[in-house]
Amino acid sequence: MATETQSQPADWPGRYFHIDQVLNTPGPRTDESFLAGDGVKDFLRNKSKILVIGAGGLGCEILANLALTGFKDIHVIDMDTIDISNLNRQFLFRPKDVGKSKAIVAAEFIMKRVPGVKVTPYFGKIQDKDDAYYMQFNLVICGLDSVEARRWMNATLVNLVDPEEPESLKPLIDGGTEGFKGQARVILPTITSCYECSLDMLNKQTAFPICTIANTPRLPEHCIEWASVLEWPRVRGDLKLDTDDPEHIGWLYKIALARANEFKIEGVTWSLTQGVVKNIIPAIASTNAVIAAACCNEAFKIATSSAAYLNNYFMLIGTDGVYSYTFEHEKRDDCPVCGGEALEMTLKPTTTVEELIDILVEKQDIQIKKPSLSTPTKQIYFQAPPQLEEATRPNLEKKVSDLVPPGGEVTVTATTLPFSLSLRISYSE
Amino acid sequence: MIKIWSMKKNEDAAAKKKPKTSAAQIRVQKDLTELDLPPTMKTHFPDPADLLNFTLTITPDEGTRFLLLHISQSNSANNTSGMYKGGAFVFSFAINTNYPHDPPKVKCTQTIYHPNVDLEGNVCLNILREDWKPVLNLNSVMVGLQYLFLEPNADDPLNKEAAQEMSKNRDQFLNNVRASMRGGHIKGTQYDNVLVR
Repeated sequence: MATETQSQPADWPGRYFHIDQVLNTPGPRTDESFLAGDGVKDFLRNKSKILVIGAGGLGCEILANLALTGFKDIHVIDMDTIDISNLNRQFLFRPKDVGKSKAIVAAEFIMKRVPGVKVTPYFGKIQDKDDAYYMQFNLVICGLDSVEARRWMNATLVNLVDPEEPESLKPLIDGGTEGFKGQARVILPTITSCYECSLDMLNKQTAFPICTIANTPRLPEHCIEWASVLEWPRVRGDLKLDTDDPEHIGWLYKIALARANEFKIEGVTWSLTQGVVKNIIPAIASTNAVIAAACCNEAFKIATSSAAYLNNYFMLIGTDGVYSYTFEHEKRDDCPVCGGEALEMTLKPTTTVEELIDILVEKQDIQIKKPSLSTPTKQIYFQAPPQLEEATRPNLEKKVSDLVPPGGEVTVTATTLPFSLSLRISYSE
Repeated sequence: MIKIWSMKKNEDAAAKKKPKTSAAQIRVQKDLTELDLPPTMKTHFPDPADLLNFTLTITPDEGTRFLLLHISQSNSANNTSGMYKGGAFVFSFAINTNYPHDPPKVKCTQTIYHPNVDLEGNVCLNILREDWKPVLNLNSVMVGLQYLFLEPNADDPLNKEAAQEMSKNRDQFLNNVRASMRGGHIKGTQYDNVLVR
């Protein structure tokens, strides 16, 4: 079905009339590298490849916007299936789609509706894909709802950057919404502040003191937390709470309701129970539309160089009227992902771990005291705690070349370092 | 030609593919290797290769001089800060890959009589939940846990009976603490023997 629609004549007259007003001629704000006319149109429509992470509230808007602005090779990843509660705002889905993959249904819908656009879905986790997969894209847009997935995507794109290869730098456009608030930002991995740099700006999830939950519940949420934090592990033992399992939510609801009755608290409902344990914040369709538009606008500007892109953080506060603020979030030197120094180090194949530590300690320009070393998969030498020091001590006599492959990475931490230092090890003949 | 270039490019990408140390992992390495623990606390790693799951044993003493000073001023008649002395209390730490955005999950592995620890091992310590921030580290959590043994807090109870006893009848509470640490029964609950052997 999809292939049929794809073979339709793609570009009918006037299709890109409005977009072409922007692309045909340079303006006062266009970048020097802007190739007005066919050059830029060819890149946007035939060469660029863009990846959308998430096909939910933001993702549906993003996919539609990208398709209509002229991106034609779009990939989308989402591990979720469609829930009936998504249908009010995730407008690519219909009641018949409930239970199907968001990525696949969204891709089919866009291809049917916007002829000539190829959307390639992947129904699964971003973590399933390797560096080679991410390397094929020019741009990545995230419309995610989890901190963990954003951290992973951000770290992956930062690590992809190879200074020798300009194309390995994949701009990351990250959108996010929470009720009436939202944010859009542009991250140029290793060049501008990354997601990890701003981790301490995040609001923490509302957590109630455990003693309030246990003794003096006053809110329906306290009763639900009592059921999920204290009663679930006590009664259900090691069974892991699955917030998508109706039986589990039903059980929590029953327990929370009994607790609420005991303390004469009103307001415990099935949907509040689900909302509290899944930490659901009501999604507002219009906030998603604004943020998705901002993200796609940035994608268009970066792909075409037709105007200056966002530097680098835009936030929207729609709780009292409409307020927005844009600022430059600064890169952190001690960021564990994009900060810290990386050193190329060439060692003799016979150099031992102890000798490497001596080299690090004596190196004038870094001045490390008591370094601890590890590779991505194992510890090499830890200064503390005593048990780990003892466990790793035998490694001191071993050759580094027996523990780290050529080109391998060693992470060094020490009190005297702001965060960590990463060494790339090579061996002389 | 272009095809060969692109193949070359893919090969490079494949060669670079490597398990990269995650931010959480580096942070845990940093936290652990820079722990500054008093002799009253010791970590143990059942699997030394797994840094994300370990235990902490606390053997409380009378507290630091500062605490003694503080207590002797406010509560000189009833100096109780060494009430858990002689016990060894074991806590499990489980750190997830979203650390330090998420706090470590900490539980007491024994059944102990303490106003801020319930019989399931849940611990009421603000920095483990509502006041956790990524700038805090494992050292802060451990010091916080030890502080609970020097200054139990009857105002934030998890074991309500213990808390009530502590504020109503201090002597009885101290007796209960001693009895529970020997593995005794208090009000129908059998506590674990936690005495250092």
